[in-house]
Amino acid sequence: MQNEWLYIGLFMLVGVIIPIGAITVAWLLGPHKPNPVKQSTYECGIETVGESWIQFKAQYYIFALVYLVFDVETVFLFPWAVALGKLPLFAVLEGVLFILILITGLIFAWRKGALEWV
Amino acid sequence: MDFMQIIFLLCAALILGAALMVVTTRNMIHAALWLIATLFGVAVLYVLLNAGFLAVVQVVIYIGAIAILFIFAVMLTRREMRDQGPQLNKGWWMAGLISLLSFSGLFMLFTNWSGFRRTMVEIPAGLDTLKELGLALVSPNAFVVPFEVASVLLLAALIGAVYVSFRGK
Amino acid sequence: MNFWNDPINFITMWLRNQFGGWGMADWLVNVLLAVMGIVVLIICAMMLDIMLVWVERKVVARFQDRFGPNRVGPFGLIQPFADIIKLLIKEDITPIGADRIIFNLAPILAMTAVLLLWAILPLGSVIYGVDLNVGVLYIIATGAIGTLSIIMAGWASNNKFALIGAFRTVAQMVSYEIPMLVAMLIPTILAGTMSVNGIVHAQNVWFVILSPIGVLIFIISAIAELGRSPFDLNEAESEIVAGFHIEYTGMKFGMFYASELLHTFTFGGFIATLFFGGWRGPFAETYPLLGLFYFFIKAMFFYWVIMWVKYSMPRIRIDHMLAFNWKFLTPLAFVLLIVTAVVDKVLAQTNYHATGMLLANIIVGWVTIEILRIHARGLRKKDDIPAQPSTQAAHH
Repeated sequence: MQNEWLYIGLFMLVGVIIPIGAITVAWLLGPHKPNPVKQSTYECGIETVGESWIQFKAQYYIFALVYLVFDVETVFLFPWAVALGKLPLFAVLEGVLFILILITGLIFAWRKGALEWV
Repeated sequence: MDFMQIIFLLCAALILGAALMVVTTRNMIHAALWLIATLFGVAVLYVLLNAGFLAVVQVVIYIGAIAILFIFAVMLTRREMRDQGPQLNKGWWMAGLISLLSFSGLFMLFTNWSGFRRTMVEIPAGLDTLKELGLALVSPNAFVVPFEVASVLLLAALIGAVYVSFRGK
Repeated sequence: MNFWNDPINFITMWLRNQFGGWGMADWLVNVLLAVMGIVVLIICAMMLDIMLVWVERKVVARFQDRFGPNRVGPFGLIQPFADIIKLLIKEDITPIGADRIIFNLAPILAMTAVLLLWAILPLGSVIYGVDLNVGVLYIIATGAIGTLSIIMAGWASNNKFALIGAFRTVAQMVSYEIPMLVAMLIPTILAGTMSVNGIVHAQNVWFVILSPIGVLIFIISAIAELGRSPFDLNEAESEIVAGFHIEYTGMKFGMFYASELLHTFTFGGFIATLFFGGWRGPFAETYPLLGLFYFFIKAMFFYWVIMWVKYSMPRIRIDHMLAFNWKFLTPLAFVLLIVTAVVDKVLAQTNYHATGMLLANIIVGWVTIEILRIHARGLRKKDDIPAQPSTQAAHH
């Protein structure tokens, strides 16, 4: 099995080198004439107004949090899914119980309004 | 010094170096990215231990969810991208001394533990570790109770997070 | 073993004999062969990427009732090469205040994340990079690296619009990973293995027949995961001026664009592999190159379907998009998973497996449509409440 992962490691190495090569070729071939107007931040063609930060919108964070919980749950389900062929029906129902407990969590978050984008 | 040892040493150097950079770098986003390098090194460590599933799970959950959560938290609460100033205060040599002493203490403890010298068990060829993990997770004399308790734990985490965020509403 | 039955091994044996004849050490031969294989695979992927630019422009033109590029070469076939030359000779502008290291790392990571997917894609019965036993989760892991590169691009650009675009992109991509994970659990259950090649081998009956709703959920989540229209808030040209890649010029922008097209094609390949039998077809086992041909046709067909959706539908607003995911797709996906697991276990060895699964899917789909209809009726009744009091107030 480790030979396969070694292949993936080599793949990653070559896969990083090729885009770096492409960008280096572009860097060598292109002109380099920086001036302040070219390098200013783009804001629809006008001068930038205010600093470059945005208002804290908690919804982004809440969605990432809910995603985290469901991601961990789904990852737990993968070994169960692989072994499903050899399991008795009772074990399948255990997995179903796992999913149902977390669907309850989803319904809770839904009712509390955590999934709204206000 | 065979091949596996070289890879392990490189991986360990990556993890420790990146962890050091996490706590000493000035820019918070760079700290989050160094943390991602550390987590990636841990995934490589799992591969070296023949646990491919855990390696991918590490990347998916830690790098794909938790690190992104960290980056969101940093980006949504920082006003600027520029340096935040030196991260070491005046007493850093004292902290370094204490951590060195604790590390040596832990090292002494671990070298006296019998499990430290056990070598890796060879997995018989053709054994599908993933299927065995799945069977173990739901079989009544293995890990089914922790499996269901984990789901209740995740439910508690979700309810807690939603409640804390929406206490006013 | 001759070339037609087992091309990769045949070529490997021949090369190994050559290298051994030159007296190279064994491990060096292995590493060299692996690197050669990887380079060939990546070069093929990049060549395909270039042709995909042509396909994209021609198809969008035809959908919009115009010709598309037809000046440069016959049927405009040389157009992508002209595009690449243009991108290569453009100036590399880094905006003031941008974080240089992250700014340069982001496009590289975006391309690497997509190229890594080609390591496990089974192109033929014996033509594939490597047969990982955790292939399905590996797809999500590379998606995570891609998402990371988008945040890095958005943050490092020191630009409000890029930041907003990056946040919205990550919120969308991350939300749609859940239905995608659950939809990928369904072929895992049906095949009993997480390895992508194993899933193809287990498809004596194509999994689309056993789980059509699973295919629908996977296609919708894949389109959202790729950031294609109608979910393309990341690069909504009319809303936030190109989103996270505003400040990128020249080949770095080319990397983002090319990686998106290649990612779309690769996901078309994965739809074909996980649900439509991948390289399977008549005579594909004995002649792997024929399997490659079938795979390519299927992947191209799904690439065309994704483009068809892109050029036919308007963009979805972000709150609609997130509500659609968390309130419709995720519960539907979990319910489908439960139904699939139970039906598969109950009907495992009988003859009614395929019809039972299909029937279960149809029932789930019908119940969903009924629930949606009742919900829509409820919403319409709320809107139909007589508005007399407010109009009278307006008259006063």
